[in-house]
Amino acid sequence: MQEFFAMGGYGLYVWGSVGVTALLMIIEPLLIVRRRQIVLRRLSRRHQRRQSRNQRRQQELSETDAVKVEHEA
Amino acid sequence: MAINWFKYASPVSFYPLAGRLSPWFAGVTLVLLAIGLYLGFFVAPTDYQQGEAYRIMFVHVPAAWMSMFIYLVMATYAGLGLIFNTRLSSMMATALAPTGAMFTFLALWTGALWGKPMWGTWWVWDARLTSELILLFLYLGFMSLQAAIDDPRRASRAGAVLALVGAVNVPIIYFSVKWWNTLHQGASISFDKAPSMAATMLVAMLIMALAFWCYTFAVVLQRVRCEILERESHSDWVNTMIQEQQG
Repeated sequence: MQEFFAMGGYGLYVWGSVGVTALLMIIEPLLIVRRRQIVLRRLSRRHQRRQSRNQRRQQELSETDAVKVEHEA
Repeated sequence: MAINWFKYASPVSFYPLAGRLSPWFAGVTLVLLAIGLYLGFFVAPTDYQQGEAYRIMFVHVPAAWMSMFIYLVMATYAGLGLIFNTRLSSMMATALAPTGAMFTFLALWTGALWGKPMWGTWWVWDARLTSELILLFLYLGFMSLQAAIDDPRRASRAGAVLALVGAVNVPIIYFSVKWWNTLHQGASISFDKAPSMAATMLVAMLIMALAFWCYTFAVVLQRVRCEILERESHSDWVNTMIQEQQG
């Protein structure tokens, strides 16, 4: 086992290569997952903002309608 | 069965397709990595000249291949985007760049760690190493140029010109060991002569290369999905999708 990790005296070089390669190939997918979450969160916040704005507008419209109806009556 | 390939040239239909394909590539990557690392580190014999240090090859060569190959694919997509003004090709080019840069860095890094025990130096300014370093700068230049321009369409076009001009560097890297007298050894695999290494070494290296390919597919497909969402965020289909997700 120890012999395997020693790599005939080249352990530092071999594992330094494999280790950094593995590290980057783990980090890169994680960064993409995080980016996706950030994009989706931003889009869904924007969607919610739009929805509440539309609701407010609709409410205001129906209120003015109600006032109109009162005046006409 | 006739497949309408042009259908998948539009971001709307490519987005779900990429989402379905990516996990498969990720799964195959893990399997190939397990096989390749097992063969490379437990089965392949010790090299009679380099001892155990040659095992760096199993990550170095695939990383170096990918660094060049991804650049060519990126330049092709960028060129297609420039000529036909297709949105998806430009997004693919943008999505490929970071992975290509990562493999270029890894080729340089593992090369330095291999060079130190074998040549006695981490770095020399010879043709192969210098042109590979230029490749890294081309990737970084492409990415920062695109990041510096706010309008995505102008960013794509500027990046495409840089990517296409830089493509001339790839054959220079590949043939540098033939054209110049370099410290770097010749091609590991060439088309005109029999492989100079043991069969298990060769198989392990090829499987590792395949694993890196599948990794690239898996990662780039996910990144292009982010790219599509960001650039198409004002389109109806993205809005509908978000609406559906929120229930």
